[in-house]
Amino acid sequence: MRNEKPNKPNYGKTALRLMKYVASTFKLQFLIVVIAIIISAIAGMAGPLFLLFLIDDFITPMIGQQNPDFTSLGYAVAIFAVIYYVGVLCTYIYNRLMVNIGQGVLKRVRDEMFVHMQTLPIRFFDTHPHGEVMSLYTNDTDTLRQMINQSIPQTFAALISVITVFIVMLTLSVHLTLITILMVLVMLVLTKKIGGKSGKYFIAQQNDLSTVNGYIEEMLSGQKVIKVFCHEQQTKDGFDVLNEKLCESATGANKYANIMMPIMGNLGNLHYVLTALIGSLLAITGIAPLTLGTIATFLQMTRSFNQPFSQISQQFNSIVMALAGAERIFRLIDEEPEKDDGYVTLVNAAFDHDGNLYECKERTGTWAWKHPHHDGTLTYTQLKGDVRFYDMSFGYDENKMVLHDLTLYAKPGQKIAFVGSTGAGKTTITNLINRFYDVQDGKIRYDGININKIKKADLRRSLGIVLQDTHLFTGTIMENIRYGNLDATDEEVYAAAKLANADQFIRRLPDGYNTVITGDGGELSQGQCQLLSITRAAVADPPVLILDEATSSIDTRTEAIVQRGMDALMYGRTVFVIAHRLSTIRNSNAIMVLEHGRIIERGDHEELLAKKGTYYQLYTGALELS
Amino acid sequence: MIKKLLRSVREYKTASLLTPIFVTLEVIMEVLIPFFMSRIIDMGLEQNNLSYTVRLGVILIITAIASLCFGALSGKYAATASAGFAKNLRHDMFHHVQDFSFSNIDKFSPASLVTRLTTDVTNVQNAYQMVIRVLIRGPLMLVFALIMAMGINMKLSMVFFFAIPFLGIGLFFIAIKAHPYFERVFRTYDELNNTVQENLSAIRVVKAYVREDFEDKKFYNISDKVYHQFRTAEKIIALNAPLMQFTMYTAILLISWMAAKMIVGSTMTTGQLMSMIVYATQILSSLMMLSMVFVMIIMAESSANRIVEVLDEESDLKNPAHPLNSVADGSIDFDNVSFSYVNDPDKSALKDINIHIHSGETIGIIGGTGSAKTTLVQMIPRLYDTTTGQVRVGGKDVRDYDIESLRDQVSVVLQKNVLFSGTIKENLRWGNPNASDEELVAACKLAQADEFVRSFPDGYDTYIEQGGTNVSGGQKQRLCIARALLKKPKILILDDSTSAVDTKTDALIRKAFREEIPDTTKIIIAQRISSIEDADRVIVLDDGHIDAFDTPQQLLKTNKIYQEVYQSQVKGAKEE
Repeated sequence: MRNEKPNKPNYGKTALRLMKYVASTFKLQFLIVVIAIIISAIAGMAGPLFLLFLIDDFITPMIGQQNPDFTSLGYAVAIFAVIYYVGVLCTYIYNRLMVNIGQGVLKRVRDEMFVHMQTLPIRFFDTHPHGEVMSLYTNDTDTLRQMINQSIPQTFAALISVITVFIVMLTLSVHLTLITILMVLVMLVLTKKIGGKSGKYFIAQQNDLSTVNGYIEEMLSGQKVIKVFCHEQQTKDGFDVLNEKLCESATGANKYANIMMPIMGNLGNLHYVLTALIGSLLAITGIAPLTLGTIATFLQMTRSFNQPFSQISQQFNSIVMALAGAERIFRLIDEEPEKDDGYVTLVNAAFDHDGNLYECKERTGTWAWKHPHHDGTLTYTQLKGDVRFYDMSFGYDENKMVLHDLTLYAKPGQKIAFVGSTGAGKTTITNLINRFYDVQDGKIRYDGININKIKKADLRRSLGIVLQDTHLFTGTIMENIRYGNLDATDEEVYAAAKLANADQFIRRLPDGYNTVITGDGGELSQGQCQLLSITRAAVADPPVLILDEATSSIDTRTEAIVQRGMDALMYGRTVFVIAHRLSTIRNSNAIMVLEHGRIIERGDHEELLAKKGTYYQLYTGALELS
Repeated sequence: MIKKLLRSVREYKTASLLTPIFVTLEVIMEVLIPFFMSRIIDMGLEQNNLSYTVRLGVILIITAIASLCFGALSGKYAATASAGFAKNLRHDMFHHVQDFSFSNIDKFSPASLVTRLTTDVTNVQNAYQMVIRVLIRGPLMLVFALIMAMGINMKLSMVFFFAIPFLGIGLFFIAIKAHPYFERVFRTYDELNNTVQENLSAIRVVKAYVREDFEDKKFYNISDKVYHQFRTAEKIIALNAPLMQFTMYTAILLISWMAAKMIVGSTMTTGQLMSMIVYATQILSSLMMLSMVFVMIIMAESSANRIVEVLDEESDLKNPAHPLNSVADGSIDFDNVSFSYVNDPDKSALKDINIHIHSGETIGIIGGTGSAKTTLVQMIPRLYDTTTGQVRVGGKDVRDYDIESLRDQVSVVLQKNVLFSGTIKENLRWGNPNASDEELVAACKLAQADEFVRSFPDGYDTYIEQGGTNVSGGQKQRLCIARALLKKPKILILDDSTSAVDTKTDALIRKAFREEIPDTTKIIIAQRISSIEDADRVIVLDDGHIDAFDTPQQLLKTNKIYQEVYQSQVKGAKEE
C-alpha cells in the first residue's frame, strides 16, 4: 500500500477527519477537555504574571518600609494559590479524559479497520502484501496513539499559552512585539525547512524498513532451504547491505529531529537578548515610550512565549508521522468493499403434502432459494446444485484473460473434475463460482438463478470449499473443525473427523481434540493439516463442495479412505474437484481438460480414454502435467 | 538482559559516550543562560547601563550559540548511536537466526521473527536514544540547577529539598504501579496481531465459510481487552502531569512568599527571585523528564525481552571439537534410533529404527500421512539430532562431522521447497557457487529441467519471483532437484520432490539418476508407487516404526501396507 502513494498527502484533511472521530464519539468529554486545557494553560501563564504583579504592586512599595505589612501580600499569594490549584485540577481532568478519548478513538479506528477489512474483496488481499496491512494495526496505530495522547493536548495547551502571552505582549509594547513576530517567522521557516529535510529522511527510513522487512520475510520463510544448502553466509551478506542502508536513513531522520530542539531553544535565547538590547535602545533614544519596568516584564514574557513555541515545533515530526499513518489507515477504511447486490437468499425448506416447497426454521437437510420478484411475489426454488456456465470469460487483469468462453454444466449429484496444467485456470473457475471474483463476460447460473442475484453470504454458505493451502486458526483442534459449523455438537465433530479419517491421528495427539495448534499448523504434518481442513468442510455439510487439490499431501491409501467418506457425505450433491492425481478423479461424472483457459476435452473417464486425446496421454503418462 | 543487549553497541560506543558528554556541556550552558538573563535585568536594565546590557547580551549570545552547537552535536551523536545500535541488534539477531538448527527454527514463526527484527528493534532504538540523552540530562540538570539555586539563596533552596523527594517518590510509585499493566497490554497486542495476521492469510476460508461476523467478534474481544488494559495503565500515568504541576506551583508559591520577605528586607533582589523561579522549573521538569523516560523504558522492556529471547536461543547442534571434513562413502546406518520433537520419550516420532543402507543403493520410502517419513530422512544430514541411538554416514557418527561438510555431501530436496527471488542461474548456484554454465546445464538435464528452462524467453537468466510463483509446481520441483544435484552429493534425498511431476518425466529423472550418478545413494520418499517401484529396496514406515524393509517385489508379496497402497493406485488402471 505504501507503494501506491497518493499524489498529494493531504494532512489537513486527514487531521480534520481524525478530529471528527474524536469530536463525534466523545462530544461532552471532548468539550470538557478543551475547556480544561484552556484553564490549565492560562493558570500556567498566570505564573510569570503573578511574579511581576507581586514585585510591582507589593514587594517594591514595601521596600524600605519600617514595619512592612504582609497581610495583603498573603492575600495575593492565596488568590494565586487558588488559581494554580484549579489549574492542577484541570490538568488532571484533561489528562484523565484524554485517556478515555485516546483509547476510545484507537479502539474505534481498530475495530472499524478490521470490520471493513473483512468486507473487502479477495482482490485486495491478493494484491496487498500482508506485512504492510499488518503494520497498519501495529506501527501506524501506535503513532496515532502517541499523537492523540501527547501531541494534540500538548500542542493545544502550548498554542493557548502562546496566544495568551502574545496578547499580554501586545498590551505591553507593540514595538517589542514586532521583534517577537519576526522571530516567529524565522522559527516557522526553520521548522519547515528542517522538518522537510527530516521528513524526507523519515520517508526513506520507512521505505528501507519495508525493504528489510521483505528480505527477512522471504529468507526466513525459506530458512530450512538455506540450512540445507549451507547458504547462511550469503544470506547474511545480503542482509548487511540492506541493514546498512536502513541505518543511514534512520540516522538522518533522527539527527534532524534531534537538532530541532536546541535550535528552537536557542533561537528563543537570541530573541531574549535582542529584546533586551532593542528595548534599552528604544527607551534611551526615546523612540518608543518604554519604561524599564515594562522591558523587564516583556523579557519575562519572551521566555514564557518561547518555551511553548519550541514545544510545538518539537511535536512537528511526531504529528506528521502520525498523520501519514492515519492517512494509510483511512485509505484502508476507504477501500471499496465487496459489492453485493444479491437479493436471493438461502433458507431451510421442506415439502408439504402436495409436494410444494415451503420455508421452515429448523435444519431439514433441504434448502431452497427464496427469490423475491419485482411484482412482490416470492418463489422458492429447491437448492439442487445445478451449476451452469455460459460463455464465461475472465481475467484478473483486463488485458490478460485467463478463461475464454467457458460453457459447462454440472447436474445435481454429479462430480465434475477439472484437469490441466498450472495456470490453465482451474482455481480461477472455483474463484468465480463462489464469487471471490466476478465474471467479466457471460454468466453463471446456479439452479437456474444468475449467481449475481444471490446474496454472497448465502451463495458461499451453500458451497463448501477445501483449498490446497490449508489455513487453520490458533485454537484447539475442536474449535478449528467447528469453524465449518458453529452449532455442531461434539458428536458431529467426531463423526466428521471419522469421515475424513482424521479422528485417529487427532486422538493420538497429547490433548486429543483439545490440542492447541497455531495458525500455520506448525505442529502437524502437511497431510494432517489437509485432513483437518477436509473435516472442517465435512462438519459444514454443504450442498455443493469444491475440492481444490485438497488431498495433494495425503498418501494415496489415506486419500482413498477420505474419498470414500466424502463420496458418502456428498451422495446426491454436486462436487467440483481439482486434482493432480488422476486416480482421485477417475470416478467423476464429467472430466474437463483445461488448457490455456479453454476446455479442450470433456467427458467421463472411459469416454476420454477412448478419445485417445490429451487426457489419454496424461493418464498413460505420455504427457506431462506441470 | 540489558548487558546482553548492550553487547550490540560495539563501534557506536564512541557516539554513545559522546552524546552524554555533549549533553552535559549543553546542560551547563542551559543552566548559565538564566543566570545571565537575570543579570541583564538586575545590572543592565535596572541600572540603565546600556553597555553592560550589550556586553552581557554578547556573552549570552555566545553561550546560546555554544549551547546550540553542543545540543546539535549531542543530537547528532544520539541519532548515530541509536540508529547504529539498532543496526547491530538487527545484524546480531539475523546472523544468529542463520545459525539456528531446524528445531530452533521450529520454535519461532517467520512472522514473529520479522516483528522482533523490525518493530521491537525500533522500540529499543527509541528507548536507547532517550536513555543516552535524557537519562543523563535529567539528573545533570537537576544537580546543576540546584547548585545555581543554592548559590543564589541557600535558605530558599531548602524548598527543593522537600519538593524533589516528594515528586521523585510520587513519580516512582506511579511508574511502578503502571508497569504490570503495560506488560499485560503488550501481551494482548501480540494476540491482536496474531488474529489480524491469521485473517489476512486465511481470508479465503473466512469468506468461504461466511465467518466475517465471527472473526469480527473475535477481534472485538481482543480489541476490547487492549482498550481496557491500556486505559488502566494510562489512567495511572495520567497522574504524572498534575502531580508535577502541584509540586511546582507549591514550590513557586513558597519561594515567592519567602523571597518577598527577603527582598523587602533587602537580602535579595527581584532578578534573583526570577532566576530562582526558572531554576525551580528546571529542577522539577528534569524530574518529570526522568519519569517519562522511565515509562518509555517500561514500554520498551517487553520488546527487549523478545529480542533477547532470540539472541539467547542456543543452537542445539554443535560442531564437534575435531570435526571430520569428508564423507567416505554414501552408506547410511541407523542404530536403535528414536527421536522426539519435544524431547519426551513417550511422544516419539521415530521409534527404535535400525536400517543399514549401502553406498549407491536406491531406497524408496512409503508410509501413511504422519508416519514420520520426513522425520526419518532429516536425521541423515543432521537437521535434527537423535534423542537416543546413533546415525552413521560413511561409517562415522553424523555428530563427528563438520556440519557444513556433512550437508554438502548429503543433499536434501525438502518437501516444502523454496526458490528465491533472482534468476534461475542464481538459484541453481546455491548448490555450488562456482559451478560453470556447463555444469548448471548438466544438472538441469539430469533433473529433466533443461528443456523447459530453454523454452523461456530468457532461458537460464529468467527471473524467478519470490516463492517461485512464476513457474509451475512441477517445474519448481525439478529446479530444486537440479539445485541439489549441483552439490555432487554422496547421498541425495528427495522428500516427495516429484509429486507435481508427471509419471513419465519422473521415470526419466530416475533413469538419469541410475545412469549418470550410480555411486550416489538415493533416498526417495514418494506417495506414488511408480516412483519407488524400481528402487533397490523400500522402507515401509508406519507410525514412526519400520513395518518392513525389503525389495519392492518381496514387499508386494508379503507386506500388507505396501499391497494396499499398490492396490489403491494400480487397481483402477488394471481394470481396463
